[in-house]
Amino acid sequence: MLDVLTNVLQTTVLYATPLILTAIGGLYSERSGVVNIGLEGLMTIGAFTAAVVTLATHSPWVGLLAAVAAGVLMALPHAIASVTFRADQVVSGVAINFLALGVSVYLVKAMYDGAAQTPSVPETLKRLPIPGLDQIPVIGPALFNAFPTTYLAVIVVFLSYYILYKTPFGMRLRAVGEHPRAAETMGVNVFRMRYVAVLISGALASAGGAGLSIAIGSEFNETTVAGHGFISLAALIFGKWHPFGAFGAATFFGFAVSLALIGQIFGLTAYVPSEVLNMLPYILTILALAGFVGRAEAPAAIGKPYETGGR
Amino acid sequence: MQVQQRQMRQSPLLTSIVSVILGMLVGAVMMLVAGYNPIQAYIALFTSAFLMPYDIGETIRTITPLILTGLSVGLAFRTGLFNIGVEGQFIIGQLMSVIVALKLDLPPVVHVIVAVIAGAVGGALWAFLPGFLKATRGVHEVITTIMLNFIALYLANTLVRNWLSAGSDSTEKIPESASLRWDVLSSLFGNARIHLGLFLALAAAFVMYYLLWRTTWGFELRSVGFNPQASEYAGMSVKKNLVMSMMISGCFAGLGGATELLGTAEYLSIHGSHTGIGFDGIAVALLGANSPVGILLAASLFGILTYGGSVMQFEASVPYEVIRIVFAAIIFFVAANIVRWAGTKFRKKAVTKDA
Amino acid sequence: MNVVEMKGITKRFPGIVANDNIHLTVKEGEIHALLGENGAGKSTLMNILFGLYQPDEGEIRIKGEKVHVTGPSMAGKLGIGMVHQHFMLVDPFTVTENIILGSEPTIQGRIDREKAEREVQEISDRYGLRVDPRARIRDISVGMQQRVEILKTLYRGADILIFDEPTAVLSPQEIDELIEIMGNLVREGKTIIFITHKLKEIMRVCDSVTIIRRGKTIDTLQVKETDENRLASMMVGREVSFDVEKEQREPGETVLSIRDLRVADSRGADAVKGLDLEVRAGEIVGIAGVDGNGQTELLEAITGLRKTKSGRVRLNGKDITNLKPRSVTRSGVGHIPEDRHRRGLVLDFSIGENMVLQTYNLPPFAKGFRLQYSEIQEHAEKLVKEYDVRTPDIHTPARALSGGNQQKAVIAREVERDPDLLIAAQPTRGLDVGAIEFIHRRLIEQRDKGKAVLLMSLELDEVLKLSDRIAVIYEGKIAGWVDPSTAAEEEVGLLMAGGKSGAEVKS
Repeated sequence: MLDVLTNVLQTTVLYATPLILTAIGGLYSERSGVVNIGLEGLMTIGAFTAAVVTLATHSPWVGLLAAVAAGVLMALPHAIASVTFRADQVVSGVAINFLALGVSVYLVKAMYDGAAQTPSVPETLKRLPIPGLDQIPVIGPALFNAFPTTYLAVIVVFLSYYILYKTPFGMRLRAVGEHPRAAETMGVNVFRMRYVAVLISGALASAGGAGLSIAIGSEFNETTVAGHGFISLAALIFGKWHPFGAFGAATFFGFAVSLALIGQIFGLTAYVPSEVLNMLPYILTILALAGFVGRAEAPAAIGKPYETGGR
Repeated sequence: MQVQQRQMRQSPLLTSIVSVILGMLVGAVMMLVAGYNPIQAYIALFTSAFLMPYDIGETIRTITPLILTGLSVGLAFRTGLFNIGVEGQFIIGQLMSVIVALKLDLPPVVHVIVAVIAGAVGGALWAFLPGFLKATRGVHEVITTIMLNFIALYLANTLVRNWLSAGSDSTEKIPESASLRWDVLSSLFGNARIHLGLFLALAAAFVMYYLLWRTTWGFELRSVGFNPQASEYAGMSVKKNLVMSMMISGCFAGLGGATELLGTAEYLSIHGSHTGIGFDGIAVALLGANSPVGILLAASLFGILTYGGSVMQFEASVPYEVIRIVFAAIIFFVAANIVRWAGTKFRKKAVTKDA
Repeated sequence: MNVVEMKGITKRFPGIVANDNIHLTVKEGEIHALLGENGAGKSTLMNILFGLYQPDEGEIRIKGEKVHVTGPSMAGKLGIGMVHQHFMLVDPFTVTENIILGSEPTIQGRIDREKAEREVQEISDRYGLRVDPRARIRDISVGMQQRVEILKTLYRGADILIFDEPTAVLSPQEIDELIEIMGNLVREGKTIIFITHKLKEIMRVCDSVTIIRRGKTIDTLQVKETDENRLASMMVGREVSFDVEKEQREPGETVLSIRDLRVADSRGADAVKGLDLEVRAGEIVGIAGVDGNGQTELLEAITGLRKTKSGRVRLNGKDITNLKPRSVTRSGVGHIPEDRHRRGLVLDFSIGENMVLQTYNLPPFAKGFRLQYSEIQEHAEKLVKEYDVRTPDIHTPARALSGGNQQKAVIAREVERDPDLLIAAQPTRGLDVGAIEFIHRRLIEQRDKGKAVLLMSLELDEVLKLSDRIAVIYEGKIAGWVDPSTAAEEEVGLLMAGGKSGAEVKS
């Protein structure tokens, strides 16, 4: 029984990690007032880049860094379209998803002779035990013998809380998402804040995506990301656009995903089809939005393109 | 007349044409980067879509669901809603029609009609919830419809596995009585999978036009979409119209799913991720400036690119996904309204010059 | 010394010249009024001074130095601060957070909250601006929000303060407080530019005044050397009579009768608290009062947009309480809504479609469910001509029209339905003089035709000018009735501020 518990915990942590990183990425963008439906695409480009670069350099760390850079690059069109061109942010996000998947699969086919997936990545990230702590029964192997990305995700959560709520940068970013005109009259550069926020979201979501191809899995194909970006978006909303909320929601959704995956090991799927477990994050998010599970209140200026006094 | 005149003045045509050209240029650059010859590839693409009667038939078959999902997104846009849930409503349309096709035993013509209606109604009902939540609790439809896309996907998967088949990954083929294929039509196009759904799609385009611009109901739908508060004051029911908009939009999407299943695939299988046809509808509606005629044209273009793209991959070995990149670029250019932007830049310069 | 000199400022927007060679000179330590009608170019000029717009021509000198104000932060460095008409406050943030935003004190990269709160408290004590540094903006009163706006500028060390129509949202007491604060500020060596179109306030607090009309400077005067009439005529460009020609009329039967009406506002608190009101045929009843005393809720309750809690609304003796908007409209009520963009028009609809916004489903505009475009167009053509709505054609979206023409379109639509009761809420807000006169004439015309007119306006002058009787609303009740032909403005002002009523003229 304890084995099962450890197993569930371990899988939860495993699957929650990319969701946490991506949801926190989305947090920056949306807190600055830019809707980010494109998280799915940003994860996709991250997963692709991490796999390809790791294959080429034999270093998953270089792969991860490259993924972060690619995420920033892929987020750039979203920033340009929604901030500079004042395009509909949802449409722009949809286009990012199209673009990322198109570019990734196209390049995979072009690079690997028409194959639909990358070769298997031998040098993935390895689990990193924290000496001493990993010996704690049940939770030790699950929480303290995790992939480096998991530790990274936890650090990102706390760091993001600090940045958003304790530093001038964070306060300005939130002000821009609530009342951009007020921020501008106080000398805050709304465009620059939003650009930075969207690019950060690209970096983090892409790091999350990298976790799918060089930690959890060891290749990239068209279905590597398959909805994880949207679950992260759900986690962000269910977590009420707060770092700890998003962290909790992403962890919980990771739990749901892990149950769906390993449920058959201990016979759970005999009672609940795994698809129902897969649906759980989405159903909960709808309930949260409808106000049945607390009320999720979005930043006031979210989705609204901003125009400076220049007319 | 009045309607057309107003649409002409906004002149979205130029934006669309420029965006398509720029989008295809982006595709060409991608091909060059990977060492393909873009000119050859595009020639292969466009000729392949029209080469043989079979290709023409298959191209039209590809265009059909794009028209319906495009109309679905377009009608929602026209009434102030962003239906990003076309994908989910499309899946439910497929699911409902396959259930009727497999589980009901009806005489030939009746069977297919009931199956089509079931799909359309399914799509409408799936869109009811986001409409209802927006009307009663102010929840933005973009997020709810995204969530419902996934719920629809998993719902269809679990039903296919556990109810519609004996634990397998796809259902049986539907009986002929429920099929939208028509031998006479197929034989005209070298036995391509072209089907009667095309005429349903064309009819739907006319319905959208007539409903929105020729009837009092359409007047209300548009009015509520543009300005709910003024509409409420003028005596219209905002909630009712909002839910109706969503449901009509979902109805088009469900119809798209039903015709695609009953005409093209003829069975439903488990999907790991979305079909993408619903998301393509967003691109179609945008490029078509949300007008029925524009949507027909845009769906045709995307259909040609999609079908031609797969042949191109086969013949010129350029990966099909380059077409997805072209789509994405076109969406960006239309959404950023590149033409208007260039226009204002130019005007600003002119003003500063004579200053 | 001249602290602000703006010379030859010109600013063009597509289609209009908002500022045309404007000159403005402000001396140190004075309160300088910038007077002009809505749309005269005051806000554009101040947005240029504050760096939100760049001028196309002209130069700006601050304390003698020639400067280019490239943005609000540049303005801040030059010591220019702006108190915006629509408060620029982040709702979920605290008072302190709003004040320090953009120039936060830090300690090791972290915001130094304690220091910030201390500083805010100090400044607020020094100038007598009472605020709670830790309160959230969404929880404090409008008056306190305005003080936060002022503190924002002082925190940045501004010594030139621009007040953009600061009294529009305040009650008379709050206005008194504000004037006192302005006095404190000037005593501390600050210079104030006061944007307004209210002559009385200029006479009361300002030292000098610059008048702007249609984007041009008309003149700069010392306040003590001029008077209200002279300023008024300079502002509008001709002699204005403060009276409208209006014949005395005997009112007829009661058209609208409201008894003991209670209505809650959006947050559920009582906004209208047991109100009685009566409007008879052939009279204009004006509702005077400070914004936020239940006017909006009252009108929404009459027109069916808001449910009442108790009480009765009768029209020509028929109970219309809590009917749906459409039923109210069809029982004979016309409504020129407070906010024409929000309630009055569908801006993306053509003028033609807007003209049938309530009647699109009635013959002759519809046969069954089919719209009859030829009838709709004919109707629109007729109204556009009759009401002088300046539009290229009836297919033009309402968005493309000027404010005055949009309002004419609304009035055309409402009056054309020939209602027994016409409700006009803030019918001339933001319009130019020509449009205002047109609209006033139309309202009086309705009265003379024997219709009942209920006028709600925040402009006391307008109410005094048009009404046959004035009901002053205060905290959701009619505080008293006033006869505009005999009443002094002070009397109305007292009632508006919740003072005891002097004269009950309710017939």
